[in-house]
Amino acid sequence: MDAILLQIINGLDKGSAYALIALGLTLIFGTLGVVNFAHGALFMLGAFCAVTFSKILSISQVVIDPTRTDFLGNPLKVNTPYVEVWFGDFGTALLDWSVPLSILMAIPVMILIGIIMERGLIKHFYNRPHADQILVTFGLAIVIQEIVKAFFGANPIPQAAPDAFIGSLDLGVMVGFAENAIIYPYWRLIYFAFSALIIAGVFAFLRFTTFGMVVRAGMADRETVGLLGINIDRRFTIMFGVAAAVAGLAGVMYTPINPPNYHMGMDFLVLSFVVVVVGGMGSLPGAVLAGFLLGVLESLASMPEIKNLFGAIGLPAIDQIIIYLVAVIVLLVRPRGLLGKAGMMEE
Amino acid sequence: MSNFQMNRRGLLKTGAVMGAGMAMPTILTAGSHGGYVNAPTGSTVTLGFNVPQSGPYADEGADELRAYLLAVKHLNGEGDGGMMNTFSSKELKGNGILGREVVYVTGDTQTKSDAARASAQSMIQKDGAVMITGGSSSGVAVAVQALCQEAGIIFMAGLTHSNDTTGKDKKANGFRHFFNSYMSGAALAPVLENAYGNDRVAYHLTADYNWGWTTQESVQAATEAKGWTTVANVLTPLTATDFSSYIAPVLNSGADVLVLNHYGGNMINSLTSAVQFGLRDKLVNDKNFEIVVPLYSRLMARGAGANVKGIYGSTNWHWSLQDDGSKAFVKSFGEEYGFPPSQAAHTVYCQTLLYADACERAGTHNPCGVVEALEGFDFDGLGNGPTHYRAGDHQCFKDVLVVRGKENPTSEFDLLEIVEVTPRAQVEYPVDHPMMGDGNLGTCNPGT
Repeated sequence: MDAILLQIINGLDKGSAYALIALGLTLIFGTLGVVNFAHGALFMLGAFCAVTFSKILSISQVVIDPTRTDFLGNPLKVNTPYVEVWFGDFGTALLDWSVPLSILMAIPVMILIGIIMERGLIKHFYNRPHADQILVTFGLAIVIQEIVKAFFGANPIPQAAPDAFIGSLDLGVMVGFAENAIIYPYWRLIYFAFSALIIAGVFAFLRFTTFGMVVRAGMADRETVGLLGINIDRRFTIMFGVAAAVAGLAGVMYTPINPPNYHMGMDFLVLSFVVVVVGGMGSLPGAVLAGFLLGVLESLASMPEIKNLFGAIGLPAIDQIIIYLVAVIVLLVRPRGLLGKAGMMEE
Repeated sequence: MSNFQMNRRGLLKTGAVMGAGMAMPTILTAGSHGGYVNAPTGSTVTLGFNVPQSGPYADEGADELRAYLLAVKHLNGEGDGGMMNTFSSKELKGNGILGREVVYVTGDTQTKSDAARASAQSMIQKDGAVMITGGSSSGVAVAVQALCQEAGIIFMAGLTHSNDTTGKDKKANGFRHFFNSYMSGAALAPVLENAYGNDRVAYHLTADYNWGWTTQESVQAATEAKGWTTVANVLTPLTATDFSSYIAPVLNSGADVLVLNHYGGNMINSLTSAVQFGLRDKLVNDKNFEIVVPLYSRLMARGAGANVKGIYGSTNWHWSLQDDGSKAFVKSFGEEYGFPPSQAAHTVYCQTLLYADACERAGTHNPCGVVEALEGFDFDGLGNGPTHYRAGDHQCFKDVLVVRGKENPTSEFDLLEIVEVTPRAQVEYPVDHPMMGDGNLGTCNPGT
């Protein structure tokens, strides 16, 4: 029981990353009607905002230490970050908290990248077939990841969570289980809470602001809203920027979970599209629901007992196919996805 | 009754196709002179460096390429000569190979078998490469080795650690300097026994491809021989990025050791997850929970950051070795590029020198001559102590390093410390060892 509960918690956590990326994808699809295969690249760019921020904070003064030598036997060059030299303990704390602090940099940067991407390239493909949109955005994703690789290399670059959040919380003890039965890393819990906050924020923004109301109206009937004299294109461009920021923030906070590399966006992209399709194209609640659902199913399918069970009936790699299996079943039973609406991609 | 009919156009088409088909063998061996494929005729000899220049192992491939270029410089008499000065064989004079200047072409394996085969094929057919070398993955190595066997080209494997490369998939035209999974298990088990005792329960997470399977099998057998038990072996997809759902079940499995049969990005991510879940802080069966990484790479360890501290693994070579060969190579490489070489760089540099030396001793580039020169070859001075290229499977036998993540690294390169240099005798095994499968080395193929 405790093992199942642990996997459900883990699945919700994994699902929160899927949900965040799928939410951005759905926002773009629902507003602009664009199938954006570059969305994974935005997630990756967010992660590299954290890497860049950390590198900026780590710019160091170099002092030669004649008492020590490097691998060639030359006097050792010792690097001390300027923030530590200038600000002492406060500088050290800045370095320690570089991942959460990099959100401050990531939000404007990602919004800007999103707007540039939309105005510079994607707007030219609004009236083109979805296949063209997929090709151009997929090409864009490859270009972006190759640029990142050229700057940062192919190897993952570890980013540590603040010291205060290193370690695990014993959740089991809180609800009566034995000690160490259900423990979960602090940072992953924070990621889950952060994701929930961002998702709630996006829904609140669309639900309770005038801007959001106009956007929702535009999503429902773009032409009529335009006839009312509202510049819906400008609002949709801003929504593209918001979606880019959501993906970017998901990437920033993900860096202590897995060290970021240039390919991480592609790793999430396919899964996120499956999430969007299962949730229902264009449905924001559907994307979130499917993200969590598939995350939990994927986690449960990774348990040795489940793998062995399916292995006995000839499906040893159930953990690798569960998401796609569920997608097939959902699409067979509900062709529009869990919460999909009529009309989306059905023309 | 047949209704076959042939018109004029059909006849011309059929004739053209048949003509092209009959000419194909000539086209494929167009570069062949002297009884073998791509025999050099001018003043140069072309080597093909097939490394991952894109994809997840691109940094490792870049380090391999640096080492290849350094080897070419040294073979052509430029630079300080590196390990040519410490190599026990004194056939290499710095005048290329057999008096011909060494030139090279490069290919990008992308760490994909099909892409690696295509680039090797191109280097053989278009560029006239007389030897192919490289790779950072066992899947790629096995695929390219098979291609080279068919094409009649020597393949000097780069970083490939699966038993299969010189086990069930061994080929007469292929040679491996790098150590293998069996050797990792044999070297690690006694060290793990000393460090953690012989009453341990291990849980294996294993990358679901040939390297993972052979490594898991080898480590499990070696540790169980020391008294450990294995509670589970869970295969994880090679494409997995978040290993949390595989790590979480370890918590309640009763295991007190987690063995991560992962390499590259898989290793970085699974180790990071395991540390995040606090496994190393847990007390299970009244023992501290431990993690083991059978195959370490310094480049990969850098990606895992502080998570590697105190974790045992094995490696083929490390820049901190103090023998003359290693010191010469580190100096040469370090002065050229500004940082120490990786084990991948070391093994490909050695393979290039070993190939060149074999050609010199054989007096030819003919693969059959090279095979004869390398089979049973004993050498020293290349950084691993006295080494033997076994004739029966073309696997090098030498000392193996057991390393541990350093607690207080002094630089970004100073991540691993050598715990033990396991003597060669301890990692040797018979050619027909059950873990090596029932592969057939076959006979050398000169390609004509």
